[in-house]
Amino acid sequence: MTTATRTAPTTGRRRKQLFRRPGRTLAEITTVLVAAVVAFPLYWMLLTAFKPRGQIQSTDPRPWTLSPTLENFRRVFTVNDFGRYFLNSLLVAGVVVVVSLVVSFLAAVALTRFRFRGRTVLLVMILTAQMVPVEALTIPLFFLMRSVGEVAPWFGLNHLGSLVLVHLAFSLPFAIWMLRGFVAAVPAELEEAATLDGASRFRFTWQVLFPLVAPGLVAMSVLSFIHAWNDFLFAKTFIISATENQTLPLAVLVFFKPTGNDWGAIMAGSTLMTIPVLVFFVLVQRHLVSGIAGAVKE
Amino acid sequence: MTAQSTLTPQRDGAPEPSGGSVRPRRAHRGQARTAALYLTPAGIVLVSVMAYPLYQLVQLSLYEYGQAQASGGAPLEFLGLGNYTQLLGDPRFWMVLLNTCGFAAVCVAGSLAVGITLAVLASRVRQLPRALLFLAALGAWATPAVAGSTVWLFLFDQDFGLVNEVLTGIGLTGMEGFSWTYDRFVAFALVAGEVIWCSFPFVMVTMYAGIKAIPEEMVEAASLDGASTWRTARSVLLPMLRPLLVIATIQSIIWDFKIFTQIYVMTDGGGVAGQNLVLNVYAYQEAFAGSNYGLGSAIGVVMTALLLLITVIYLRVQRGTGENA
Repeated sequence: MTTATRTAPTTGRRRKQLFRRPGRTLAEITTVLVAAVVAFPLYWMLLTAFKPRGQIQSTDPRPWTLSPTLENFRRVFTVNDFGRYFLNSLLVAGVVVVVSLVVSFLAAVALTRFRFRGRTVLLVMILTAQMVPVEALTIPLFFLMRSVGEVAPWFGLNHLGSLVLVHLAFSLPFAIWMLRGFVAAVPAELEEAATLDGASRFRFTWQVLFPLVAPGLVAMSVLSFIHAWNDFLFAKTFIISATENQTLPLAVLVFFKPTGNDWGAIMAGSTLMTIPVLVFFVLVQRHLVSGIAGAVKE
Repeated sequence: MTAQSTLTPQRDGAPEPSGGSVRPRRAHRGQARTAALYLTPAGIVLVSVMAYPLYQLVQLSLYEYGQAQASGGAPLEFLGLGNYTQLLGDPRFWMVLLNTCGFAAVCVAGSLAVGITLAVLASRVRQLPRALLFLAALGAWATPAVAGSTVWLFLFDQDFGLVNEVLTGIGLTGMEGFSWTYDRFVAFALVAGEVIWCSFPFVMVTMYAGIKAIPEEMVEAASLDGASTWRTARSVLLPMLRPLLVIATIQSIIWDFKIFTQIYVMTDGGGVAGQNLVLNVYAYQEAFAGSNYGLGSAIGVVMTALLLLITVIYLRVQRGTGENA
């Protein structure tokens, strides 16, 4: 199969390179076009958020506007108390990130740096836990939160604590699995050196290991933040009557009305909901890509 | 903190191999104790908010559990597999199941095809176009499901949507006032479009990292040996990318099989007369709109079982072909 059909490999290669030039230009044009198509919905969302009402409710939509306005954003903040919902979403996602950071790091350290009986069983359980479709647990969780609310109202139905609890639990299996790879990559010699230098295991864990797995922690934080921030199902199920405790995804849907959707407000709300995640994502994208690739290669 | 993270571990590590691998017994016991301490917080959360509800889900699915039982007004009635027989005898359930599988299959195939194609494309262009593509993809990836759904709905809006205007503009006058959510398959296609848009970036980023990790000499050697591009892709690149491909596929299956938000928002809770219901939305509607918590739980159990089954089968098949190749 690999007989020398090509007598002069060098000329063949040169010819290939010559041909590659126009091929690459074509590929680059395609890439830019695809990027534009992929980014277009986001552009359209942003544009609509700044368009005056007359240009939105028009049967002749234009891909630009000459009279940008903040009236949509104003409506979102006054008609619906968006500032409050924004803070609610931020609070839930923020607490989930901080707590899951510490909890999953500790668990990952225990599962990689220590040997004890039942370790493999625990690892398999964490792997399986990632496959559990958490959405299927909505019904039992609804009743669980109802009972929790009788003991600790803050973590019960209609309170943000219930959302923190579920998102914490859902982000942990993947976070632990992901961090495990990063912790394992830190050589054991480092720990021995630190111990010889007189560092306690506690100090080693927090002052040496923790900073060294920073890329993994960043990637993990972004993923749990997004998970909690984007959630729609549990917010819809748990926050039933206490509208002051709603989060952003539900607040946006208020502007869908049977009498006609207020697209300007919907797009303004969606923009406000998207921007923090987008900024977060782009800021840490390098860490994110290497973090995910690192975890995935495990 | 950031300064420390850039340290190369090798430089700091004292050259002492095999030093700590054999530890005295007492240290071992101490290790187990510390490990237990470190694992406790995660354990408490996972057991109480995941394992216990999972057990409860199965439990609930075996009972008649409606509004009366939920409010404590009526005693629980054990049905055994009653909810399941009711479910399996209901043609609506089979339609929803078919919807779910078909929809998930289209979404998985779509995100894999788009993601892999673009990863290959990205590996062949210079940095600027690649950065643009990655930025756009990250944007789509980062967009919250609700925001993505609303934007797509607006783009495809019957009266004010850009898509209908453009299609009418290029001569398809039939598209004027066309509703993208009225027909069952068109509505599913629209939602699938949104789902693929926001889930292909994960596949792309993963596969791109995989392609980059393949040493250039390997591809060069193959082409020097006279292998065609297709042959190189199939016999050199694919086997090396297989582990990543498996992960991307399983991850996509898991995500797309349990889509809730996009279907709920874009088809307004399951479409005209429930034509766009998928298992997850169906379970939600049965439980929280119809107060049939027992039946809803049974749907949840079926979904969990199916998902596990699909994953196991996929892994089996993958391993099988891996051995044959």
